[in-house]
Amino acid sequence: MLPALAAAISAQDPKQSVITGRGSRKRDEDSGTDVGEGADDWAQSKATIRPPDQLDLTDAELKEEITRILTANNPHAPHNIVRFSFKEGTYKLIGFVNQLAVHYSHIGNLIPKDSDEGRRQHYQDELATGSQESARLVFSDTENLEEEEEIKEGDAEAESQIDIPATEVSEKVTEEELMTPKQPKESKLTNQFNFSERASQTINNPLRDRECQMEPPPRANFSATANQWEIYDAYMEELEKQEKTKEKEKTKTPVAKKMGAMAMRKMTSLESQSDDITKVTQAAKIVERMVNQNTYDDVAQDFKYYEDAADEYRDQEGTLLPLWKFQTDKAKRLAVTALSWNPKYKDLFAVGHGSYDFMKQSRGMLLLYSMKNPSFPEYAFSSDSGIMCLDMHMDHPYLVVVGHYDGNVAVYNLKKPHSQPIFRSSAKSGKHTDPVWQVKWQKDDMDHNLNFFSVSSDGRIVSWTLVKSELVHTDVIKLKVEGSTLEGPEGLQLFTVGCGTAFDFHREIDYMFLVGTEEGKIYKCSKSYSSQFLDTYDAHNMAVDAVSWNPYHSKVFISCSSDWTVKIWDHTVKTPMFIYDLNSAVGDVAWAPYSSTVFAAVSTNGKTHVFDLSINKYEAICNQPVVAKKKNKITHVQFNPVHPIIIVGDDRGHVTCLKLSPNLRKMPKEKKGQEVQKGPAVEIAKLDKLLNLVREVKPKT
Amino acid sequence: MGEAEGKKDEADYKRLQTFPLVRHSDMPEEMRVETMELCVTACEKFSNNNESAAKMIKETMDKKFGSSWHVVIGEGFGFEITHEVKNLLYLYFGGTLAVCVWKCS
Repeated sequence: MLPALAAAISAQDPKQSVITGRGSRKRDEDSGTDVGEGADDWAQSKATIRPPDQLDLTDAELKEEITRILTANNPHAPHNIVRFSFKEGTYKLIGFVNQLAVHYSHIGNLIPKDSDEGRRQHYQDELATGSQESARLVFSDTENLEEEEEIKEGDAEAESQIDIPATEVSEKVTEEELMTPKQPKESKLTNQFNFSERASQTINNPLRDRECQMEPPPRANFSATANQWEIYDAYMEELEKQEKTKEKEKTKTPVAKKMGAMAMRKMTSLESQSDDITKVTQAAKIVERMVNQNTYDDVAQDFKYYEDAADEYRDQEGTLLPLWKFQTDKAKRLAVTALSWNPKYKDLFAVGHGSYDFMKQSRGMLLLYSMKNPSFPEYAFSSDSGIMCLDMHMDHPYLVVVGHYDGNVAVYNLKKPHSQPIFRSSAKSGKHTDPVWQVKWQKDDMDHNLNFFSVSSDGRIVSWTLVKSELVHTDVIKLKVEGSTLEGPEGLQLFTVGCGTAFDFHREIDYMFLVGTEEGKIYKCSKSYSSQFLDTYDAHNMAVDAVSWNPYHSKVFISCSSDWTVKIWDHTVKTPMFIYDLNSAVGDVAWAPYSSTVFAAVSTNGKTHVFDLSINKYEAICNQPVVAKKKNKITHVQFNPVHPIIIVGDDRGHVTCLKLSPNLRKMPKEKKGQEVQKGPAVEIAKLDKLLNLVREVKPKT
Repeated sequence: MGEAEGKKDEADYKRLQTFPLVRHSDMPEEMRVETMELCVTACEKFSNNNESAAKMIKETMDKKFGSSWHVVIGEGFGFEITHEVKNLLYLYFGGTLAVCVWKCS
């Protein structure tokens, strides 16, 4: 932009301005001072000082009017400029002399709005904000003159850069050009004095490249030549084949005519039909576990490290901390009827699903869960009949025997991928006629055949032996009344007794085992005598739900029943040692593996009761409801053989894993200078001590 | 006479040879059956225009099994192709035509 020239001009017009009456004004001033002398006494001392060279004028002189005329003529301007006139060929006096005198000049950057330059800038600004085309024009305008190839624009630039009056005409033209586009809107201009543009930039995150490339799909080459004779030959060959097969079929069966074509089709299908999904199962399983590990990380942390600190402030009571919950859609509405930990893999357990409601019997499920994957079972086998019991083999942890509601027993092999049992009893091979209530693996027999026992409410206890591919059964004992010393009419006895519901084998005395029955009796039996009981206990008033030998003390066993009681027995004594009433039918009872005096019982009111006889002989040290809804009945409980956790199953098919708080697994405290003894001997002594207390009392009463 | 017999033979041959004869295929069973049916349909529909038949097969295959299928139909040709594994079908049809369908992107 060109700076405009602003000039201070003493006289712009050649017109003469006349000022009159200067003398009279002066006189007024003088008289003013005179008046002041008279009027203001306080200023009397004030004397007018006159310059020494002031003229003394007479009154007449003072009154005389002197007229001066101020003109705009420059006194220094030359009056007689002569220039040669080529037109007339002589020197001529120039009449017009420039009278302008410049006293002060300053180059400013203000432009009058109405001036050409102002208007031009105004339009340029508007156009810059306007169309693209004009923006380019203005841009190049402001650049410089170097781009002279662009003649049109160059013209405009030149005009704007060089002095204005010379290019006024072309200026107007460009102005008109610029004005012809529609009247642009007024845009607000920035403050031209102290405007400063502010911009800031945040730190940009560094960019990184991540690449990955997959292997291209496998390719193969194929080449062939097709022409008429090859096609013809191929068809001829095919026809011959077809006719041959037709002849063959005619000799065999005239019906299957298309077999030949079908066979041909199969022959041509050279592809290997391997399923690709099987290849990734292992990887998928690992990923699934990783995801679960992530999801249930807090639970896993609790399982490993959490110890209820509140236990220190409680006397004896402990709590159960719920950990994982296991459930599957496939086993929805199927009650948990059996639980068993795997003897080898301490995180794996088997759950049998069936129904205890005998009006609503349906299918059954055998599920194996791992604590490492609570969301989905590791193995799942389904069966037509509900599962009532199961057991896992000690030495072959992949063998699971189950007892069904329909009286069948079956053996599943977890190593086999298909979901069919490897052994299964049938009506021909001596299955039970009533639900099988408990099954248990036994030590291998003398021929090293695997074998297990089962008990059913049909009164038979059967030993099953796995021989090659079949299941051989032997009736060990029939629960009959003859050998027992029951009172009552004999006919009735025959009718009522002999419904075995639970049994347990002695750990040391191989042949001895206990059988609990539906009518509340517990029989001590021997494998050797099939018709006689070693002993009979009038244990309960209702069906015995579970019997179990103490893992440490060889004489002690525990029983529970639907008559709300749990009883602890010495098998040499006919009366119970301890009786506990739990105010609800007791579904299951289990000894703890770590102490001879700790056991857990579950009742149908949804509570788990944990007892430690060495701490409290009279009451449970933990009474805790563990199911989500009050309606749910707990059916079974099992202690993990290693970890301080239990699993409980309810009749809705949920299995909950709970951690025992420190109070529930309290060990004898270490005394000073005395080593804490450990081992079975101590545990037996501990329980013996308790039993002695009771034994002493008993005879008296 | 001989000529007439020859004609008759030819007619017989053409009548008999209407079924597709798979010469080579590494497709999965299901895909192969589908492709075969498609080839038969296309060749019958455009019995005198191989180009249209090939176009129809190619477009249908692209839709069904993803893009970049190639189809050659002719009475006599030789070829050497690179194809994606399990995506090749080479069959004869109608006694005179050879059809090669493969995928390669």
